[in-house]
Amino acid sequence: MILVYINSDHGIGKGAMEVVTYAKKLGDVTVVTAGSASDSDLATLGQYGASKVLVDRNAKADDAQQLTRLVATGASSVGAKMIIFSHDLIAKSVAPRLSVKLKAGLISGAIALPKTGGDFTCKVNVFSGKAFGTVKVNTDIKIISLLPNTLKPEATGSDCSVESFDGNAGAVGIVVKETKIPQGEIPLTEAELVVSAGRGLKGPENWGMVEDLAKTLGAATACSRPIADIGWRPHHEHVGQTGFAIRPNLYIAAGISGAIQHLAGVNGSKIIVVINTDPEAPFFKAADYGVLGDAFEVLPRLNESLKKFKAAQ
Amino acid sequence: MKILVCISKAPDTTSKIAFTNGNTQFDENGVQFIVNPYDEWYALVRALELKEANGGTVTIITVGPATDDTVIRKALAIGADDAVRIDAIPTDAYFTAMQIANYAKENGYEMVMTGKETINYNGSQVAGMIAEAMDIPFVSLATKLDMNGNLATLEREVTGGVQVVEVNTPCVISCAKGMAEQRIPNMRGIMAARTKPLNVIAPSTVDALTEYVSYETPSAKSAVKMIDPENMDELVELLHREAKVI
Repeated sequence: MILVYINSDHGIGKGAMEVVTYAKKLGDVTVVTAGSASDSDLATLGQYGASKVLVDRNAKADDAQQLTRLVATGASSVGAKMIIFSHDLIAKSVAPRLSVKLKAGLISGAIALPKTGGDFTCKVNVFSGKAFGTVKVNTDIKIISLLPNTLKPEATGSDCSVESFDGNAGAVGIVVKETKIPQGEIPLTEAELVVSAGRGLKGPENWGMVEDLAKTLGAATACSRPIADIGWRPHHEHVGQTGFAIRPNLYIAAGISGAIQHLAGVNGSKIIVVINTDPEAPFFKAADYGVLGDAFEVLPRLNESLKKFKAAQ
Repeated sequence: MKILVCISKAPDTTSKIAFTNGNTQFDENGVQFIVNPYDEWYALVRALELKEANGGTVTIITVGPATDDTVIRKALAIGADDAVRIDAIPTDAYFTAMQIANYAKENGYEMVMTGKETINYNGSQVAGMIAEAMDIPFVSLATKLDMNGNLATLEREVTGGVQVVEVNTPCVISCAKGMAEQRIPNMRGIMAARTKPLNVIAPSTVDALTEYVSYETPSAKSAVKMIDPENMDELVELLHREAKVI
């Protein structure tokens, strides 16, 4: 039996669909969640392979201590031997706590299905994406935190039952004063397509062409560190070692030289397109496709070509 | 306030990543070790700022062998009153976290601070594990921290945005970019670091829950395919037919 925790506070996100799809490949899946999502939204997790969803409407999805108790209660009520999270910001605070509470080994940042015959091992990203490691878990209960965009959600089933559940979540440890989430933007860490730009764009007033291209593609926008540091773009768009690590299917980088610290945040991307005027830019070595040219000309041209392509689809 | 800052030894960002012993160990040959940047730039510097503003003490802690002392002295040069090294090879995050939690509990620390993750194992595990072992709240990926008495007000990253939260000490905080600015140690700091107390203590008995059995480096990327900047139709076609990402 496998227990999956999902965060459903802002609807059923892509990370939730991925993690249920992943868990279904390993066995019978029960989902546990907290908060206020509607029963009909939660039931759609059945399409990705969940047998049932347990929801504790009294627990807060912001509080790692409550969620840890909730998931532990869920795990013992269904007799779960494997507990799986999507490796998002909530999992990063709950999964380690749960590991201690249950004395269960945690595989953090899994990028593949575990091997279960004999030793229980799983592949993870290490050294900021510059290497992979294989981690073995020595405990009876295993916890896996799955990196986003590891596999595609597969909706092949039908809606499942949703049951109210008392997770014995206990007291809240953290008081949330305010949550600021810009509406209508694709969260960068969940985005499959990302358009990113750096100092080569010369000023924040030139970001229109980045946003236009992102809009045509249905992509999220990102930037390099100097851009966030000087305030041309908000910090939540900064990808790289000190910003967010992302692994989209397509990463388009315009006017970014590709320093090692930037690569550490994007080297998990499946396909990298680099647009730069400098043939010596190190980013070209990490790219699949390169365009030696001025972003001011190439980005609008690429946008027009994409519009033509989309119209013909 | 008594603050405990956890630091980890990490290979310098530009290090060549290679493995030895049949790909079971990181090859330390020729690698320069630094204080894990998130621990140093964000956790340690913010802890020092809080001490400078409100008084209290800052202790650095790490779990590792005697060869880690060089890295501990580097951290002491930036500031902090003293350091503790738990003399053991850190076998996994759980082992490390339990050692630190035991020390923090026994010595009455009110706040434990870490970086958001290490740049070598990227697990983001130790801080949350310490918090659970001490049964206290944990705020992960904090980008801002202000203290008022024993009430901490923090900003933290949440998916797609930020959140403002309040928590009482004792608590554990993992720190991300925004928390503080990097400090370069000055000569006085480096000299003082040589004589600051570095207490070496024996580990408690803890069994690791996990182990790394092997490593591999990604297969080399095939050479970049250059596209004529005048011909973006070709790029779109390649992204669709060859790369299959659009």
